[in-house]
Amino acid sequence: MVALAPKLTLAVLIGPVLAGLFGTVLPAIGFLQPGGSGVLSGALSAQPLTLALDTPGLLQSSWLSVKTGMVSTFGALAVAMLLVAGWHGTRWFRVTEQALSPLLSVPHAAAALGLVFLIAPSGWLARLASPTLTGWDRPPDILVLQDPGGWALILGLVAKELPFLLLMLLAALPQVSSAASLRVCQALGYGRVLGWMVAVAPQVYAQIRLPVYAVLAYGMSNVDVALVLGPNTPPTLAMRILQGMSDPDLNQRAPAAVLALYQLALVAMALGLWRLGESMAGHLTRRSVWRGWRLPSLPDRILRISGLSVAAVAALSIFTGLITHAVWSVAGRWRFPDALPEQLKLRTWMRHGADITDAVGLTLSLALTAALISLMLTVLCLEAEHRSQRKMGKAGLLILYLPLILPQITFLPGLQILLLKGGVSSGGAPVLIAHVVFVLPYVFLTLAGPFRAWDARYATLGATLGASADRTLWRLRLPMLLRPLLTALAVGMAVSVGQYLPTLLASGGRLATLTTEALALASGGDRRAIGAWALALTLVAWGPFMLALALPSLLHRNRKGMSHG
Amino acid sequence: MADRGFCIENLTITHRQQGVLLSLSARVLPGDVMSVMGPSGIGKSTLLAAITGTLPAPFSQTGRIQLNGRDLTALPPQARRVGILFQDHLLFPHLSVGENLAFGLAPDLDNRRQRVCDALADVDLVGFEDRDPATLSGGQRARVALMRMLLAEPEALLLDEPFSRLDAELRTRMRDLVFSRAKAANLPVILVTHDREDAVAAKGQIVELAEHRA
Repeated sequence: MVALAPKLTLAVLIGPVLAGLFGTVLPAIGFLQPGGSGVLSGALSAQPLTLALDTPGLLQSSWLSVKTGMVSTFGALAVAMLLVAGWHGTRWFRVTEQALSPLLSVPHAAAALGLVFLIAPSGWLARLASPTLTGWDRPPDILVLQDPGGWALILGLVAKELPFLLLMLLAALPQVSSAASLRVCQALGYGRVLGWMVAVAPQVYAQIRLPVYAVLAYGMSNVDVALVLGPNTPPTLAMRILQGMSDPDLNQRAPAAVLALYQLALVAMALGLWRLGESMAGHLTRRSVWRGWRLPSLPDRILRISGLSVAAVAALSIFTGLITHAVWSVAGRWRFPDALPEQLKLRTWMRHGADITDAVGLTLSLALTAALISLMLTVLCLEAEHRSQRKMGKAGLLILYLPLILPQITFLPGLQILLLKGGVSSGGAPVLIAHVVFVLPYVFLTLAGPFRAWDARYATLGATLGASADRTLWRLRLPMLLRPLLTALAVGMAVSVGQYLPTLLASGGRLATLTTEALALASGGDRRAIGAWALALTLVAWGPFMLALALPSLLHRNRKGMSHG
Repeated sequence: MADRGFCIENLTITHRQQGVLLSLSARVLPGDVMSVMGPSGIGKSTLLAAITGTLPAPFSQTGRIQLNGRDLTALPPQARRVGILFQDHLLFPHLSVGENLAFGLAPDLDNRRQRVCDALADVDLVGFEDRDPATLSGGQRARVALMRMLLAEPEALLLDEPFSRLDAELRTRMRDLVFSRAKAANLPVILVTHDREDAVAAKGQIVELAEHRA
């Protein structure tokens, strides 16, 4: 079982991705007609391609995709690095880190919908400032959300990806002895920020390269944030593909499949550009080192303060957005410039309570199953690594990141087309498999560190006391790793809870989870309903983390040695 | 009687990149102690890992290790019946003191709780069976680790600098306790240490590992 685990995990990760790619390529080259009654047309056709190229505003959509992805990734990375460079080791840093880390598990949909409530012309910010500061007694007619330039989308992505990149940076720091390097730089007269950028950043960046690529690919091709904050005239490329895939006219699917492959090419090109940027940044760093260039203390301070401020604003806006969900969900009458509703009512919860309860049950059972499957595979893989003493190589890490870097919108439509053609039009199994593909990498990345750091002398002791390798695993290693195991499970559940596209496409739109329902409401504009669903969504994503924090302390309340294990 | 105790024949441990780490032939009779000395990084702990069957990946071994006539090299670690004590004692933190001891008891034994309590009483730890190991002093932890190992009824004992973290007075007492228990159980002992005092107190042969680069 243990020895087979790596191969099984590989199949679970790669299988659906390859099948999905296959299912996207076939209709794109006219070989399979999603709309037709026949299974295979048996001949290649350029018709899907011609139809796809005829899409009005295709260039604009492509540009939007590249721009939102690159700018948001650069922004989030720059803020995360400035924050660590300027503040790591200080009290302010700990405060910011503690404010940002719960945001990591907030589903993208809930965060984006919260931002809408905050920054829309009729949102909370405008209400707080009106009419005293602005003079508005009606919501102003300005396009803040879904602006054609995609800036609302970019801001949303920066705020949401910042905690992720920060966490990745922090995980990489201990491997490069950053504090010592920084002290050396400061002794040589470099300021904090520049010193960190020339001495620590290059080493740390090498460690977080794959997560950065994942953020870039997600920023370019996501639909859950773009659906809420992204422009409509025209929409981003990924939104266009989704529209084609969910069109009742099945003939739209073949051109959508072409666009899905085009999206993949666009992401590949952007990754290439990004790599070019990486080497240019490396070149500039080396040049500035040879020049002995120092940053005077004023710009150093400005950079530090701007990093901290942007991070604080990002954290605050997402938190405030979540609070507005809560307020809207119990709001009675709430006229425009009023900062708070006139009355609080439970009407919204009464109306949607039953549906929300059903969706919570479905969402949680799907999340728990996907996370448990992923956790089991991860534990078996890591145990196989321990027993065979063969470390997972670079290829293994790449495969783990493959589902995160390959755009979901490229291979999930293909999976849907294959499922439809295979007569599997609904049901939980395809959705569960699709969730595991995205949950497993995060579970693995969360658990791998603590699992590998476990003192192997305990295993030697277990063996010398007569315990088999399995007994050592079940009776010693796993109980001692209870806290990281539960954390990995919670991370996995949060990832599953937040999945939109895999749920939508693998179920053919027939499975109503909290995320799919909240996003389905997004276009309707019923703020009370959105508030209730998005709040439930956030709480369901947070719940497992609370349990992961509380359970070990409860189970090991008489074991001091386990308090930080 | 000729094959009682440890018989190590031409044991050579090789590092994949750095070549031969050590080679050793030795005999340790039941009740005797062999002290292996040398500076840190010389491969003392690696020698013990070869005997327990948990040699890390970059190393490989040739030669034979026999214990009471059994060839250990062919056996999985849990079938070798070799006990080991580490420097940090390494009590399992999620188990009570009693459960730590019970972990090593053979599964078919009965009166398990009685055996555990007797073993604790034997080292002046009456009533400690339900204690949290994290609340024990260093000396108490060392004694629990010793009894845990003895309850598993090993045929030999390996000591990986188990006294080095203890203060001087405790160290002498603990050393005497471990050596007397090993003698009473007629176990061959291999002690790895960088402290000559430990080696002298063991009153047995002393093997010095020297820098060995092929």
